[in-house]
Order: sequence, then structure tokens, then C-alpha cells
Amino acid sequence: MTQDGSPAFGPEVRFLHAGETALVVEFGVAIDPAIHERVLVLDRALAATPIEGIVETVPTYRSLMIHYDPTRIQPQALIDSVRALPPAGVAATSPLRRWLVPACYGPEHAPDLDGVAAALGLSPERVVALHSGATYRIYMYGFAPGFAYLGGLPQELAISRRATPRPRAEANSLIIAGGQAVITTVPMPTGWHVLGRTPERFFALGRDPVFLAAVGDEVRFDPIDEPTFAALERRAEAGEVVVRILEPARW
Amino acid sequence: MVSLRILRAGPGTTIQDQGRRGYLRFGVSESGPMDWIGHARANILAGNAPGVAALEIGIGGIELQAEGGPVWIGHAGAPFDLARNGTALPSCGRTRLQEGDRLTVKTAAQGSWFYLSPAGGIVASPVLGSLATNLRTGLGPPPVTAGTVLSLGSPAQELTTELICPIDAPADLPRTVRVVPGPQDDYFSTRELARFFAETYRVSAQGDRMGYRLEGPPLRHARGFNIVSDAIALGAIQVPGDGTPIVLMADHQPTGGYPKLGHVIRADIGRLAQCRPGTDVRFAPTSVRAARVELLAALDYLKAMLDRAERREADLSSERLLSVNLVSGVYE
Repeated sequence: MTQDGSPAFGPEVRFLHAGETALVVEFGVAIDPAIHERVLVLDRALAATPIEGIVETVPTYRSLMIHYDPTRIQPQALIDSVRALPPAGVAATSPLRRWLVPACYGPEHAPDLDGVAAALGLSPERVVALHSGATYRIYMYGFAPGFAYLGGLPQELAISRRATPRPRAEANSLIIAGGQAVITTVPMPTGWHVLGRTPERFFALGRDPVFLAAVGDEVRFDPIDEPTFAALERRAEAGEVVVRILEPARW
Repeated sequence: MVSLRILRAGPGTTIQDQGRRGYLRFGVSESGPMDWIGHARANILAGNAPGVAALEIGIGGIELQAEGGPVWIGHAGAPFDLARNGTALPSCGRTRLQEGDRLTVKTAAQGSWFYLSPAGGIVASPVLGSLATNLRTGLGPPPVTAGTVLSLGSPAQELTTELICPIDAPADLPRTVRVVPGPQDDYFSTRELARFFAETYRVSAQGDRMGYRLEGPPLRHARGFNIVSDAIALGAIQVPGDGTPIVLMADHQPTGGYPKLGHVIRADIGRLAQCRPGTDVRFAPTSVRAARVELLAALDYLKAMLDRAERREADLSSERLLSVNLVSGVYE
């Protein structure tokens, strides 16, 4: 099920079949910014040089899934076309956006902050400083619409899941576990640790745009107090976008 | 306005079109019908395009009434019991409901999913470009319950005759479902993969539109069961830590972190979907090339149905349908 990759995408790339309607272009098996970058480069190359028969593409941590219509393109022709993507197309990267996401770490919105701090031997303030001091990349969406998996959680915040899942974490919670960070979009039971909450909605039907950020975009968290959260929450609920896009120079 | 009033509906009755495409990268599941061939047949019988929004009905059945005028309905899927005003109808075919007529669908001996497609389609507001309902995320039209009134569109063509489709005799049990190995078949030893294709599994009661769990001898992973998440396609057979395979169905998550040993081919996914809990199933390995040939055959069969409908032939005769060999694979 595996074929060697093209020189353009490096020697380790594997083409794997996910049935007869999807092809996985796999660049590695780990969470690694360099691997993810290659996923994004291919994704953008395909956007710049569309191949007839591709239905949609799904970037993940380590691979790009290409959904295709087998009545319009055969799998081997698809692999050959991907290999033959022009280097210019491969190099074409669109500028990433960088989001400053308001985040409230107050007790009402951060039920696990004290527990995480105690488990890691840190002060709650230090946990907040670490979480809000890091720059994250959106590696992948999954689980639910707009549910963003972030890379870039500081090593000091590596913690395994809760022994007992919480029956409910609110939508727009900032949760961590297993060295990963997530921004949720739906209320859900979770074994992850709830460190805070943003008033922003990364997914909002009826708002334009419905989804805010793309895979590959970068995210930082901007600590806000509870009155500010409440004020922004009202604006976000009314359909306003309360997150800010930062210019690269502002980092 | 012509509409269908739902008098009674089992849980899990939903509206499904061909599925929501283009948003997988934002975490939005495709959804769509559990048995896409049954769904397409119902639509084609109604004179609709194959992917038009139709009712997907589970084993709870449904009862509905035509309002505001006559309604032509295509019906297909599992061989459920169908009746108009108490008089039995063939489960697969095309039926005209006069204003006030009641149509009742009840579960029978076999199958899990049934499709009712009113000519002209169901009119509702698309969500992210689709009328597919995802019960887990709440996207799409709300679930169909007693009291729901479905507005109908204008039929694309004038229909004049009721139709009956043949129902095929059940195939030998256990059913065999074909699988393309990969992309993480290398997380299992050759021996363990061979065991998967040799064993008989039973469809568990723990199944829904997201996935069907398979009861049987657990599979051992050769290289652990945690992978860094990657994308999931319809029909993926993922094997979590307990070794129990789960086939991911229409409402599956777009991404996941368990090894996927293979994918059920599109030509067979509807047959698997139709298997009730307790049904024995076996899996047979096949190639991407062969899976594609089977898919093209399924599409050709539907296309031939569509062409006949478009030519407004008087009847879809049983002889002609039976001459298309795919039919034998549609309902088991």
C-alpha cells in the first residue's frame, strides 16, 4: 500500500490508501513542526495547482488526506500528479495569520488550574504565564467543528489526562493533556484539564466567517479578567469577532 | 404548499442529502446516508438526482401523511414493511400519496435503514452547504419527530406511474464485506491481519451513525495502539487499545488517533450499515483497483436507473433490473 515519494516532498513521504476514495500523503509519524510544515506546503501547492478529481484535502499533524472522486481520477494518476507538482507550486506559501485570543483564567472558567499547578509543582500564576506565554500553531481540526488542536504547549505543562473525566466542559474552553492544547467549540465531557476559557468562538454558524482560523495559523493567549470576559462574551454572542489578528511585527 | 406531516417517527429519523463536503479540514463530518445506494435508489425512483435530501429512517419506523396535494415518493433501503392507508406496498418502489393518505413504515426481519424520497426533494435551509443532519454535532436540519412538517420542492419531472422494484433474496450468512488494507495495516503483524480476515465478527449493539463496533476475538497491535492523529475516511476500521475493531460510519469524526487497519469499500459500506446488531460479518481483503471497479459498477447501475427515469420509460421491469448483476449486492 506504500509507494516512494517524490524528491520534491522529501525521501520519507509515503502514499497510503484510505480506501478507494482517499489518499494519505504521510510525511512522518510524530508531532513535529517540520513535518507539519511539509503537510502545509503540499496542501497549499494543491490549492495553487488544483488537480482534476480532488474533492477536498485535510491537513493533520503529519499527513495530508486527499479525498478524490475515483470516477474522475485514478489513484496512480493522482499519485503521479502530486509527485509532478511544479516546484513553484510547492514553494508557494500563503502568509499565515496570527491570532491574539483573549483568555480568562479566573476560577469560574478554569476549574483545573489549581489541580494542574499542584500536580506539576508550579504556582497557578506560573501555569497561566506558561500557557499564555507560548506561541501555538493550529496543527489540525477534528472531533467537532472548529475544534482546534494546538502544538507548542511548553514542556513544563506536559500532564496526563485526569483520572476521572469531567462530565462537562463549556464550549470555548482551553484544555490541555498529553502535551497538547486544544480550544474547544462544544460543551463536552472531557478527561483533559480545563485551564481557562475564551469568549471567542472559533466556530459560529450564521457568522461570517463561520470558522476563524486555518490550519497552520498561529495563536497566542491574552489573559483577561472576568469582567472583561463577560463583556467580550456578550459581544461574541452577538456575532462579533473579538479575537485580534496580529501583524508579524507585533510578536 | 405540498408537504409531509410526520405523525410518528422512531428516534434517529433524520434528513440526509449526499453529505457535507468541503469542511473536513475544519473538523466538520461529512454525514450523509448510512446506505448511500439505498438513498440514491429512493431518489432516482422519485425522479430526483441521487444526492437530494431524503428521509433516513431507522428500525423505529415512521408514519406520515401527505398534505396540500398529492406526493410521489420513492422508497428503498432495508426491506421494511410499508403500507398506504393500511394496505401493504412493496418496500422498494415509487408510490403516489393522495392528499390525506397515510404512509406507514415498520421494521421487518432484516436491515437497519430505510429511505423515503419525496419527488422534488425536502426543502430546508442548508447548513454549510448541506441538508445532512449530524446528530452528534447538531449540524443540519433538526431530527425528524412527530409533528414535523416537511415542505417539498417542485418535482423535476411529471410522474405518472407507480413502480415496484424487485427485492433480492437474502444472501448466505455470514455476510462478507470487502476491505482495502491500510493506511496503518503495518501496525498489525501479517498473522494478526490474516486472523482479522479469517474470523467471523458480530455487529455489536453499541453502534450508531458514527460507527459500528464489532464483537469478536480482539486484535493485537504489533506496534502499540496510539498513533499521532491523522484523518479518517468513511469506512475506516480503527482498532483501539482493547483490540475491538470499530468501523467508522457516516457521522464519524474527521480525525482520530487509533490505527486503521483498512477501509470497507464504498460498494459494500451500505450492506454493512444495513446489518443489525447481532449479525455475523466476515471481511475479505481486496485492492484499491478492485474496489474502484466495484464502485464504478454501483454507479453505473444507478446511472442506468437514472437514465431510464429520465427517458420516462413506463416501467422499471423486474427482468431488466435483475439483469444488472449489482442488484444482487444491494439488499442482502
